[in-house]
Amino acid sequence: MAIRTEPITINIGPQHPSTHGVFRMRITFDGEVILDVEPIFGYLHRGSEKLAEERTYAQVVTLTDRLDYVSSMSNNLSYVLAAEKLSGIEPPERAMYLRVIAAELQRVSSHLVATGFFLNDLGALATPLMYCFREREKILDLFEMLCGARITLSYMRVGGIFQDAPPEFWTALRDFLGYMPGYIDEYERLITGNEILLTRTKNVGILTGEQAINCSVTGPVLRASGVSWDIRKADPYEIYDRVDFDVPVGTVGDNYDRYLMRIAEMRQSLRIIEQCAKQIPEGPVKTDAPWLIRPPVGDAFGHVEAPKGELGFYLVSDGSISPYRCKIRSPSLINLTALKDMLIGWKLADMIVTFGSVDINMGEVDR
Amino acid sequence: MTTALAGTDIAQRVAQAVPDAVEESDDKDLWVKPESIHDVCGFLKDDADLRFDFLTAVSAIDYIDHFAMVYHLVSIAHNHSMVLKARIWDRENPTAPSVVDVWEGANFQEREVYDLMGVRFEGHHNLKRLLLWEGFPGHPHRKDYLEEPR
Repeated sequence: MAIRTEPITINIGPQHPSTHGVFRMRITFDGEVILDVEPIFGYLHRGSEKLAEERTYAQVVTLTDRLDYVSSMSNNLSYVLAAEKLSGIEPPERAMYLRVIAAELQRVSSHLVATGFFLNDLGALATPLMYCFREREKILDLFEMLCGARITLSYMRVGGIFQDAPPEFWTALRDFLGYMPGYIDEYERLITGNEILLTRTKNVGILTGEQAINCSVTGPVLRASGVSWDIRKADPYEIYDRVDFDVPVGTVGDNYDRYLMRIAEMRQSLRIIEQCAKQIPEGPVKTDAPWLIRPPVGDAFGHVEAPKGELGFYLVSDGSISPYRCKIRSPSLINLTALKDMLIGWKLADMIVTFGSVDINMGEVDR
Repeated sequence: MTTALAGTDIAQRVAQAVPDAVEESDDKDLWVKPESIHDVCGFLKDDADLRFDFLTAVSAIDYIDHFAMVYHLVSIAHNHSMVLKARIWDRENPTAPSVVDVWEGANFQEREVYDLMGVRFEGHHNLKRLLLWEGFPGHPHRKDYLEEPR
């Protein structure tokens, strides 16, 4: 005899260890099975877009650090690309290489955080997370050499970067490139073949490529669904057309594929950094563009492949010293559009894992 | 490299498919009438040569005498992009047709525009505030919004 059940609505978050910040979901269950998901945002809304309208183009860089606070370099890069497009400033070549090195280091560090927390959500409490944070710490040390800060970096400027890398940076970077592949192998040995991970992630939370494109999903989540779309390849910015790297693509689009994408992308990032460190020319690292720029009236859209997806800045200028409008296309928010497709029909325990595999950052969702 | 299609090139095709939709076009953007946004977007997505299957961003700008809606579109199939714009002159009750049934990706973005700029999207299945709470006074991204009314 079938048991008659009634749907029940449960609130999860905003204060919950698995929501990666202050994210809230109102979920309707039938027993343990998810019927409907309603995400609720805004607990970390600071009005970054409005704040940008009151700051000069140089000052906005500091706001971008605080969007996705585990990938500040990518945020900086996206903003300065948009501002340079708007004002027609060309950065020197050495600056472009240093920016790419910084952005790729940031990708590795962001993916380490994503992987660590993903396993945390799977129930492997703290230990894998600490392994991942051990290497992230080395990357933060490298950032400290570049700009003196570890999290809120403000490293890039419109027309270049803050300062040239010190000689010690290059030795430390070479060491890092030496031992990092070994650490990634270590994670793979510990995690990739693990039976608990396989049973809980394989074929769970499947997102098809068609759904992903329709929901404007980008980044590793889109590529895990089998769509080979990477801004670095599709619309190369900076010097990405001069380096050789592969875009890993998944087949199923489940949680396991999303995890594998991040591991594979870390290896590709290391390849890019290695080539950049070889190719980087001598020269200045900033243009002599003035501190206060007045871009001509118009608009520009700059976008990069940030660790979480396509991060875009849409800047509108009215000819004054601050942007008239600064719209941020945040990958974390837009990737959550597909959350419903991934969750409905799965169970509560799968919800935590699937949500972890999307890898969002609330600073960027709420801005 | 993603090819940025010129507004003028697309304007002719759009004018054939959706009569009276195009307002103006230049080498960057295509301006259409706000009430025809949904039909134009449907055409841009379905046309075999254009096939804009990916909605990158939906933005709104407050120009004081009018609002501008800006849609950044990309075709993953053909790797080209375009910018679609529309001017909304009604400041008291700005409305535009929703494109959620064309691209699901517009869902949260339109809710955000409604929340912060106050443009209503007709046909959106769940047009609620996204970041602020229900009952919040005003729309903060408008230029006449003051944090503390003076």
